[in-house]
Amino acid sequence: MTAPGTYTWQRFSARERMARFVVFFGFAVALSVSLRTVEVIPEFLWDSPTQIMDLLKRMWPLDYAYYPGGIHQALMETLHIASLGTLLALVLAIPVGVMGANNIVRVPLLNWLAKLILVSSRSVNTLVWALLFVAVFGPGALAGTVCIGFRSVGFVGKLFAEALEEADPGPIEALTAAGAPWTSIFLKGFWPQVAPAFWGIALFRWDINVRESAVIGLVGAGGIGMVLDTALNLFHWDRVSVILLSIFAVVIIAELLVTNIRKRII
Amino acid sequence: MIEANRIRYQKPFRVNWWGRLGWLAAILYGLYALNYLDVSWLRFIQGLGNGAVFLGEMVPMDFSRWELLVGNLLETVEIAVIASAFGVLFSLPVGLCAARNLMPSWVTWPARTFVALCRSFHPVIFAILFVKAVGFGPLAGILTLVFASIGFIGKLFAEAIEEISLKPVEALRAAGAPFLSVIIYAVVPQVLNRFIGFSSYQFDANLRNSTMVGIVGAGGIGGTLFAAFQRFDYDFLAAILVSIIGLVMLSEFISDRIKRVFQ
Repeated sequence: MTAPGTYTWQRFSARERMARFVVFFGFAVALSVSLRTVEVIPEFLWDSPTQIMDLLKRMWPLDYAYYPGGIHQALMETLHIASLGTLLALVLAIPVGVMGANNIVRVPLLNWLAKLILVSSRSVNTLVWALLFVAVFGPGALAGTVCIGFRSVGFVGKLFAEALEEADPGPIEALTAAGAPWTSIFLKGFWPQVAPAFWGIALFRWDINVRESAVIGLVGAGGIGMVLDTALNLFHWDRVSVILLSIFAVVIIAELLVTNIRKRII
Repeated sequence: MIEANRIRYQKPFRVNWWGRLGWLAAILYGLYALNYLDVSWLRFIQGLGNGAVFLGEMVPMDFSRWELLVGNLLETVEIAVIASAFGVLFSLPVGLCAARNLMPSWVTWPARTFVALCRSFHPVIFAILFVKAVGFGPLAGILTLVFASIGFIGKLFAEAIEEISLKPVEALRAAGAPFLSVIIYAVVPQVLNRFIGFSSYQFDANLRNSTMVGIVGAGGIGGTLFAAFQRFDYDFLAAILVSIIGLVMLSEFISDRIKRVFQ
């Protein structure tokens, strides 16, 4: 026992405090440098209330008559792009997720390859994916669907791989000991444990995809975004407001739907 | 003994008919949607041919205009830094107002509506509106990402506050502490770590999104990317894409280190 000296109790060690200080200081420096160098024209900022009022005035009254002829079809196309893209992502994510789970595939090189696929899918933005696939498949819904699918693989695959890695090894050991082939081990050992998580992830991603598929049309990948782009280019602001309102309605409905289904399956 | 015999054991490997039906429905829906969207195998095959040409034109990458590239990447990072700072700053009070366990309903209701509105539109749509409101340039991008950050952090922060233990809050209130002290000494210590986690995640998200808002004219590398794409300047496009991916990976690495500092 050491003699009862004068201890000063501190929550963090000197090194921890130093690290925290470096993080905050670094961010403060980055912020001040950014604020100094970014090219913001103050006159534009002061002018913005007038411009916003002008925008709102042009948006009102809403051109509801445009909905049945011009918007409805595109909105349905958007929903189909989102759903089909999600399905494509699920089909692609299962093999990649399995490859990335280090308790199923015990080859570090393959795990690393799967991680690379997942990271590159996530680090390219949806709109950039859309641009690439419009260049490949031409404008239209095919480019949009493949774009949504490729973008979602990273998200679904990562969470699926994590769910697989957290699976209880008990049933898997039992199946292995009984001499089950690997398909049975996967279907009867892993799948029942990860299925709720998998469907939860799929629903969550579908919700995100509904939002994203509404904008990929801006670069020509089909759906409501193309209608929005046309309306914007022609300065039909009263149509723009109807389009925004319908996107908003679809997004809210999708979110309510997903929340309700999630409550039932989890 | 007789009771025990009556227990009916479930078949261990019984067929999950609902699951199979679900998969069947998914396949049928897939076929229907493919038909609806007029997606055919022929177009897909043709597309693969185009894709090969496209990839062929991307190599070798053209880094000769690296000054433009670096300048735009810096602008992208600046947009992300400023937007994260202001977004986090504004989402603190908004998140606090949206927490239902601390605030009366006439405060939470407008705050929650505001957060929901920020979340329900994709950042690109905000970017279009802000480009109209404040003109082309990084300011529109900053405003866009500030709103996107409020939508995300505000919601998570409100949820984090709703999950705190109310005992310290009650203790401080019982001791007669003013409202601000209750927030500083009872609420903030319980949520600070999670809040820093959300913020670093949002910085990552802002950086990714700030590479995109330029496509509609809101500043950053996106504008250059879109211009290169429209001019069929695919070798420069490849250089831009590779630098964006590098930037995002670098920021993921940094935010991982930051998270470790605060654990």
